[in-house]
Amino acid sequence: MLRKIINPCGLHCIKVKDLGVAFGDQVVLEHVNLHIHCGSLNVIIGKNGAGKSTFVRALLGDVNHTGTIEFKDRENGKIQKLKIGYVPQKLNLEKNTPVSVYDLMASCCSKTPAFLYKSKKLEAKFKETLDVFEAGDLIDKQVCNLSGGQLQRVLLAMAIYDEPNLLLLDEPVSGIDQIGMDLFYDIIDDLKKNYDLSVILISHDLDMVKERADKVILLDKTVLKEGNPKEVFESKEFEEVFLKVR
Amino acid sequence: MLSEFFQYDFMKNVVLAILIITPLFALLGTMIVTRKMAFFSDALGHSALTGIAVGLVCGVEDTDISMILFAIVFALLLNYISGKMASSTDTIISVFASCSTAIGLSILSKGGNFSKYSSLLVGDILSITTKEILYLVVIFAVTLVFWIFAYNFMEAAGISRTLAKSKGIPVTVIENIFAVLVACIVTLSIKWVGILLINALLILPAAAAKNISVNVRDYHLFALIFSVFSGLVGLFVSYFTNVATGPMIVIVASAIYFVTFLLGRKMEG
Repeated sequence: MLRKIINPCGLHCIKVKDLGVAFGDQVVLEHVNLHIHCGSLNVIIGKNGAGKSTFVRALLGDVNHTGTIEFKDRENGKIQKLKIGYVPQKLNLEKNTPVSVYDLMASCCSKTPAFLYKSKKLEAKFKETLDVFEAGDLIDKQVCNLSGGQLQRVLLAMAIYDEPNLLLLDEPVSGIDQIGMDLFYDIIDDLKKNYDLSVILISHDLDMVKERADKVILLDKTVLKEGNPKEVFESKEFEEVFLKVR
Repeated sequence: MLSEFFQYDFMKNVVLAILIITPLFALLGTMIVTRKMAFFSDALGHSALTGIAVGLVCGVEDTDISMILFAIVFALLLNYISGKMASSTDTIISVFASCSTAIGLSILSKGGNFSKYSSLLVGDILSITTKEILYLVVIFAVTLVFWIFAYNFMEAAGISRTLAKSKGIPVTVIENIFAVLVACIVTLSIKWVGILLINALLILPAAAAKNISVNVRDYHLFALIFSVFSGLVGLFVSYFTNVATGPMIVIVASAIYFVTFLLGRKMEG
């Protein structure tokens, strides 16, 4: 189904070392250490206000942070520039905004001025990427009229358009029904297997996490517990965060 | 009828000025409407008074310069504060705009001299000189170049700042350049369009175009057509009815807005 861009190698990794974020006096994240392998689905869980979204923004360079984020090619150990494909939680587009899917993709992924003309070459390239997610026929639709699932697939297409090393998804399944969510996780599965991608996903859907994640990271200001789903879900840290409240 | 219209030299200047100002405003307006900055550009218009006042206090001879400088500082300050604060930006903009306008008004009205500046409120397009038209041409060219290079960046940043940053777009720099551009154009055109109407001229054509467009190319094209059309029609009507030009242009633009509003509803419905 998917067009393979790169063969998976299992040799790249992303290292987060002692990452910390503070807004003024308020410490949101501290001493976060993570090791992310390519071709794996890493899910960050934690209660509201645990710093999950801040962590994503720190990875993207949207907030200042201490510590380092390194992307390593393990074969020769050299450090390359980390390319991140990001799927945002929501877009800032109100009803009736005259922005088509082509416009959205052109403005984020190209230098061809979208207001001046529509490049046939670019359109073909966008369509090809959209087709990976069975969204090619949406290219001339207004973005604000797409359903939650359609928008998700467009955003995913944009995220992998310039062949990133890391896919970062911020609570992407809100506003999508169960079938849509299954489809979404199937796509993620294919992506990580076929595109040499590390995936970091922020999720609230613990059942789905249990079933699909390769690695679960329990976050609350720092990494409380990490490991495979079984290890994390049966840990006392998990119990303290999620079960005591109920 | 037209020969009578063009028998005055200044009328040729006015038509030229409108043919430059209206497309320029249409272009800026599309982005201001998309990014919900209508309040921001309005605040900049009002800051012109403060700029003049600051110029007078500091003993600057050419108050145009103090006006533009003040607007640039004001625009960058608003951008900076809006980025830092968690509360909604329209409140913050309103606080700063009211404050600076009040300071400007109180300085200018000292000793009962405000009538000297009241022409700024309504503007007078008939007063435009050939030299000023040349300025406008330069600004138009700069804006066009900026648009061709930075339009995609601005659009992306407006849709999602974080997404734009993840694609390596220098969001803050682009936003600041756009704010400075708007500041320069608004303050420079204040003399001709007037503080009270400048925002209407920026917003109305774009808002009307938004009603009936599905992509950014339609959006720009319609905004351009509506803007130039209301400019020229407004000028002719004002000439023959002896009404101030600025308000007449805005009336025509408003009429277009209402028509497109109904059309848009029909298209949807």
